[in-house]
Amino acid sequence: MALMAEKGWRSVFVTGNHAVAWAVKTARVQVVAAYPITPQTTIVEKIAEFVEKGELDAQYIRVESEHSAMTACIGAAAAGARAFTATASHGLALMHECLWWAAGARLPIVMAVVNRAMGPGWNIWTDYCDTMAQRDLGWIQVYCADNQEVFNSILQAYKLCEDHRVLLPCMVDLEAFILSHTYMPVRIPPQDEVDDWLPPYKPAWSLDPDEPITHGNLVYPAHYMEHRYLMQEAMERVRELLPKVGEDYRRRFGLTGLDFIETYKCEDAELLILTMGTMGVEARITVDKLRERGIKTGVARVRVFRPFPVEQVRQLAEGVPMVVVIDRHISYGAEGALAMETRWALYGLEERPLITSFIAGIGGRDVTWRDMERMALKAHEWMSKGEARWGIWYGVRGLEVA
Amino acid sequence: MAIKELPREEYLLPGHAACAGCGASIALRLTLKALGRKTIVVVPACCTSIIQGPWPRTAVTIPLMNIMFEAAAACAAGISAGLKARGIKDVTVIAWAGDGGTYDIGIQALSGAAERGDNILYICYNNQAYMNTGIQRSGATPFGARTTTTPVLGKREPQKNMPLIMAAHGIPYVATATPAFPMDLMRKLRKAASLEGTKYVEILSPCPPGWRFPADKTVQMGRLAVQTCAWPLWEAEWRDGRQVFRLTGPSRLIAECPELKLPVDAYLAAQGRFRGMRPEEIQAVQKQVDTWWEQLKRLAGMA
Repeated sequence: MALMAEKGWRSVFVTGNHAVAWAVKTARVQVVAAYPITPQTTIVEKIAEFVEKGELDAQYIRVESEHSAMTACIGAAAAGARAFTATASHGLALMHECLWWAAGARLPIVMAVVNRAMGPGWNIWTDYCDTMAQRDLGWIQVYCADNQEVFNSILQAYKLCEDHRVLLPCMVDLEAFILSHTYMPVRIPPQDEVDDWLPPYKPAWSLDPDEPITHGNLVYPAHYMEHRYLMQEAMERVRELLPKVGEDYRRRFGLTGLDFIETYKCEDAELLILTMGTMGVEARITVDKLRERGIKTGVARVRVFRPFPVEQVRQLAEGVPMVVVIDRHISYGAEGALAMETRWALYGLEERPLITSFIAGIGGRDVTWRDMERMALKAHEWMSKGEARWGIWYGVRGLEVA
Repeated sequence: MAIKELPREEYLLPGHAACAGCGASIALRLTLKALGRKTIVVVPACCTSIIQGPWPRTAVTIPLMNIMFEAAAACAAGISAGLKARGIKDVTVIAWAGDGGTYDIGIQALSGAAERGDNILYICYNNQAYMNTGIQRSGATPFGARTTTTPVLGKREPQKNMPLIMAAHGIPYVATATPAFPMDLMRKLRKAASLEGTKYVEILSPCPPGWRFPADKTVQMGRLAVQTCAWPLWEAEWRDGRQVFRLTGPSRLIAECPELKLPVDAYLAAQGRFRGMRPEEIQAVQKQVDTWWEQLKRLAGMA
């Protein structure tokens, strides 16, 4: 808190969406492509206000669709400008092919995604089915749990993505309403210090008549795989570079830096809860309650889903007898993405924990610490008998978890 | 500009991958000559995806960005905004799209850019079908034309009037052209590039394999299209707060001397895609051509 008294620091009381807008302003984004979709809209509204008041010197393109929003960002980034857009749910789904192009073109676009359920029927509340459906494209995925983290993540995402060793786009994900429309205090570092930490974007390539290139033309099978391998290589480098950016940010500003996993009382845990987003914070209460009952529990909040923190999950789960994964996502015909990826990450362990996975909170249904306590207790009961279960839907009417 | 003053610089190099007699490649060569080195080209999925040549080589000497099929206008708009944000003012950003990428899948992004007035020059090189995928009918395919998706009966619907749709957006400049009249084409492109905002130029680009005519008849086919008024040459720009339509080149001449107008059959008979059309179908095409021609003359104040 001492920092706040320092010159140039600003403290605002804002929604998650406005925290995004403040980060975009502070990052001196040069081109913003905007299209409305609930519950993202107040992000682009706030940015429009910044631009029209002259507080952010950016080109603001009011596109006619999310497809064009992402495409305009691709064009802007290819022209050498720092680009931003925001979307949710169906808007993200409409962007799908553009997301491939942005990643394949190695353009460090940062996008805020307000996680919202997919239709039908129309549902504007949160789950991760929108972004999890986009996890194979070459985008870094960061999931937030509070508004300060939203602000921090956007700023750090530019730093990370624009590193020439990375050059991949990043989606910063925040939950509909739980974060997007909930007010929290957010601390904003002095502009000159941010400018120093995040200098203007220096593109690795751009569309320049003095140095003409042809980008994205036909690539035969003889070369295509090499292009794609380079993307995987860059994603692997993120494993090393992301925590470094986070540490650098923390040291510079005294704010929480990017990292792959946040843990709470995991050191001696016999039961490890793995989850994401705000559930990962809520679950701390669950952990305390279960510890009162004598079950040594810990929670790990997975903050970055791409690249998936394989090593970190392994280190956490090694020697833990029971793991409970709670997903706000379902891959129909399988289970939640976090559970699936946790399984492949842990498969290589000599002593693998039993894993039980739950599907919860789909379409914005509340998941409280009590819900997670019930899930954990059930899972504990099953796994104590050596029985692990997967893809258990929690809280569905008429479907008792027994 | 006289033909002797054509720039000597080549921005589309020999060895590109177009079919023999490709009208689109002539159009691209002339377009780049007209606009010069300080040009960035956006190419969605279309014949030019192939014409430019495969990685790691390229047949163009100016910056070229390939983009998704429906996305040319939005990508060009993004580039234009990116350059503006960086203070770069001396570069022309063009979208270079086929008729499928313009009339059909790309119309939304194009209409959006035009309504916003994004500073781009959108060029549709119209070869009247999805030629790159093997001659499937598009919204630009004329009535009666056989394509691989209208293989027996020929297309039952006339094309839409895309240049007029763009003129209805009220943008600073709209024009039609064909490489068969290169001076007219280049003059229009230069005028378009000199204006701020969204400009639309559509170039009828005869396609030997798609239209089924010999590869040495491309220019002749473009001439016939203009001489029969199947493809009138016109432009629409704003003067004193009014949108002014003007016939150009040979089309202007035909409006002044109607006896120069050839029957549309002369154009249809030269192309295999129209073979087998019944006389009443040809009459229907003639009627459609005449109707638009009369309407266009009225718009141009030459009726």
